[in-house]
Amino acid sequence: MVMLELIDILVLLLLATTAVAVARIRNLWAAVMFTGIYSFLGAAWMLILDAPDVAFTEAAVGAGISTVLLLSTLALTSREEKPIKKFPILPLIVVVVTGATLVYGTLDMPHVGDPTSPVHTRMEPSFIEKSDHDMHGELPNVVTAVLASYRGYDTLGETTVIFTAGIAVLLILRRPGKLSVASSNRSQPEESDG
Amino acid sequence: MDNFPIIRVITKLLMPYILLFAFYVQFHGDFGPGGGFQAGVILAAGLILYGLVFGLPALHKVAPPPAIERLIALGVLIYAGTGVATMLLGGKFLDYDVLGHHFLPGWLPEGQHLGIFLVELGVGVTVTSVMTVIFYCFAGREPVDGH
Repeated sequence: MVMLELIDILVLLLLATTAVAVARIRNLWAAVMFTGIYSFLGAAWMLILDAPDVAFTEAAVGAGISTVLLLSTLALTSREEKPIKKFPILPLIVVVVTGATLVYGTLDMPHVGDPTSPVHTRMEPSFIEKSDHDMHGELPNVVTAVLASYRGYDTLGETTVIFTAGIAVLLILRRPGKLSVASSNRSQPEESDG
Repeated sequence: MDNFPIIRVITKLLMPYILLFAFYVQFHGDFGPGGGFQAGVILAAGLILYGLVFGLPALHKVAPPPAIERLIALGVLIYAGTGVATMLLGGKFLDYDVLGHHFLPGWLPEGQHLGIFLVELGVGVTVTSVMTVIFYCFAGREPVDGH
């Protein structure tokens, strides 16, 4: 038990350290790498909180895909952040106030795993009891049952959001008729120096 | 990436397992953790890794951009189409209970299970193709003037 708490504290400390490093570092390549590390630590943290599906997503999207996207953006722009001329006092105030509000908000939240918290008393028992009957005993994973069946409309909406995001990126970034032609003209050596 | 034989060899070794894990997460999502979204991002991450190591032209052969762009819409169509199908069968929109059939009973899922399977498949297809298309959009661009 003490061992597990040590791991919790270590992961949280590493998360905080990485976050500070991302904010402090001027070299953008290193900053992007640190965001990747942050996402992997986030995935580890999600696993500690017994949420393996979120951990999959965090590892694949946060550490994998978005790091690659940021790196390919850097290949098109500059590798160094412009030096800051004057100390940004207003942003500092905004960040401190926002952070303090968030911390104040967490004070009201129930402790992790608290059996009397609303999430454990309001809906979960009924779903766990109903799911086995409603799914005819074929679907042991209640999370999947809730996402795809009980909340099927919401998931359809989420899929449509992803669809819309993809179409928006295509509309903004793709030049008409050029995507496949331009990129297949680029040979491998050119690709590797990016 | 021609100069990095270790990366190439390790990627070739890992690729089948990444793809297999993506399909496992997709089709085993009814029993274990996972589902369409997770499987989609893992599959897309595998494709993107392949593109990074072996170059965009190689990835274009595996996942042709025109096909991927159509798959974006196909996933949502599968999802919404499942809903329309349940309506045509006399139920409500996305009411999977009416999705019964008598084809290979015991082998193919029915009802709720079949509906969830189809819906997760739609999510997986859309997520994979959206992530891949975003990668194509970024990786296919050339630097603007001055860089």
